[in-house]
Amino acid sequence: MDDVELRELVPRVLSVLVRRGADFATAEDAVQEALIRALSAWDGEPPSDPTAWVITVAWRAFLDMTRSDAARRDREVRFDSEPPAGAVPSADDTLRLYFLCAHPDLTSSSAVALTLRAVGGLTTRQIAQAYLVPESTMAQRISRAKRTVSQAGVDRPGDVGTVMRVLYLVFNEGYSGDVDLAAEAIRLTRQLAALTDNPEVDGLLALMLLHHARRRSRTRPDGSIVPLADQDRSVWDTELIAEGIEIAQAALARDDLGEYQAQAAIAALHADAPSVEETDWVQIVEWYDELLRFADTSIVRLNRAVAVGEADGGHAGLAALAAVDEHVPRREAVAAYLHEKNGDLELAARLYADAARNAPNLAERDHQTRQAARLNQLLRQPR
Amino acid sequence: MAKYLLLKHYRGAPAPVNNIPMDQWTPDEVDAHIKFMNDFAARLESSGEFIDGQALSPDGVWVRSDGEGRAPVTDGPFAETKDLIAGWMVIDVDSYERAIELAGELSAAPGAGGEPIHEWLEVRPFMAAPPNFTH
Repeated sequence: MDDVELRELVPRVLSVLVRRGADFATAEDAVQEALIRALSAWDGEPPSDPTAWVITVAWRAFLDMTRSDAARRDREVRFDSEPPAGAVPSADDTLRLYFLCAHPDLTSSSAVALTLRAVGGLTTRQIAQAYLVPESTMAQRISRAKRTVSQAGVDRPGDVGTVMRVLYLVFNEGYSGDVDLAAEAIRLTRQLAALTDNPEVDGLLALMLLHHARRRSRTRPDGSIVPLADQDRSVWDTELIAEGIEIAQAALARDDLGEYQAQAAIAALHADAPSVEETDWVQIVEWYDELLRFADTSIVRLNRAVAVGEADGGHAGLAALAAVDEHVPRREAVAAYLHEKNGDLELAARLYADAARNAPNLAERDHQTRQAARLNQLLRQPR
Repeated sequence: MAKYLLLKHYRGAPAPVNNIPMDQWTPDEVDAHIKFMNDFAARLESSGEFIDGQALSPDGVWVRSDGEGRAPVTDGPFAETKDLIAGWMVIDVDSYERAIELAGELSAAPGAGGEPIHEWLEVRPFMAAPPNFTH
């Protein structure tokens, strides 16, 4: 049993403890404690029923925590020391745990941290490293989140929409430290898809798989960005693409469209194309129009303008761009690209330089600077 | 060991020797510059002298309280603000001389024509923690 398999037990065990009446915050600590003990006690050889083992150990850890707590507060122990019979993990309980960790009273950073710990089974240190914050800060964020959830009451959990937003946030964070957050988000979304019957959850899973399949081609070893047109498609993960497309198609066939399914459809059209020229841009524009029905945001409109530029030429793309909010991030980069397409290299170079100045991260800043440098070099050459 | 902040400015520092904006360099010169910066940080990490390095976006605002129960007031950004910090590196080194030496190396990052930029960096010592002493 590896680390990931062990972590898969976490939400099931935690939901059993909560169902037995344990308070969420202490139960969560107890499950972490049981995981640590499992790692040293099993030493590579798990017991025949690992779930039952972890439940028993977590329950005892919970009782110990409650007792020492109770002793401090001079209270009586309220729980039997042996777990009641018949308490086995159920899918509904695990699902409720997802909802709880994406509680509407939580800020998104708190919901993300709590989900990674209570559903994902990651340690506070791993989560802190992944988000580049001190471990003590992350520990505080998680314990505050647990208090908020406990106080808000478990009767009013979040819904599947908030859960999907949280998982997508985790996915987009990518990867730093020793935890691959994108892979973790996929694992948790797979688990969620198995627990629910919702085409949007399937759409989200498909979207993640299709993005993840292209991951190796998106950056160079030094971290610099490779735009879609220049990506080496031979290193795209064809197995993930096939799986993503299959899940997306099955979801779309249910005729209950939503924003994640529409995004998955767009990602599938990119993943399926042998080259950027052979991409079905007309259909991609149509999917962006569908997406706008569910998520009419400046970012969607900005991406749509790029697709229109590819489908109908730079002028059409610029016309679509004209309707996009001036202040949306990366707008200058899109404008630069479309003007370059039209052959207006001087304006494009200026816009790339503006895009570099306003870039939201270093990799994009460097990329846009290179784009400006490339055009300025072209312009300096005698014609 | 003592900690120092190496500050790079968008505006406010004296003009560098090789003063051509980055978008006017060739793409290869841009790559060489980025590689130099990455290698520099990696070298300080391996020598055990690196603490932190961050870049800042140029747009920021001024904020002040407007009294209890009222939303904070924001102002700016001001194009005329003389000083604008671009980023920093925090190092932990044996001596002031070592901090100056490293800042000098960083200032020599390659720019246009592959020539060192020789930009001005600001070096600021951290206030040290009070020493442990017994009465």
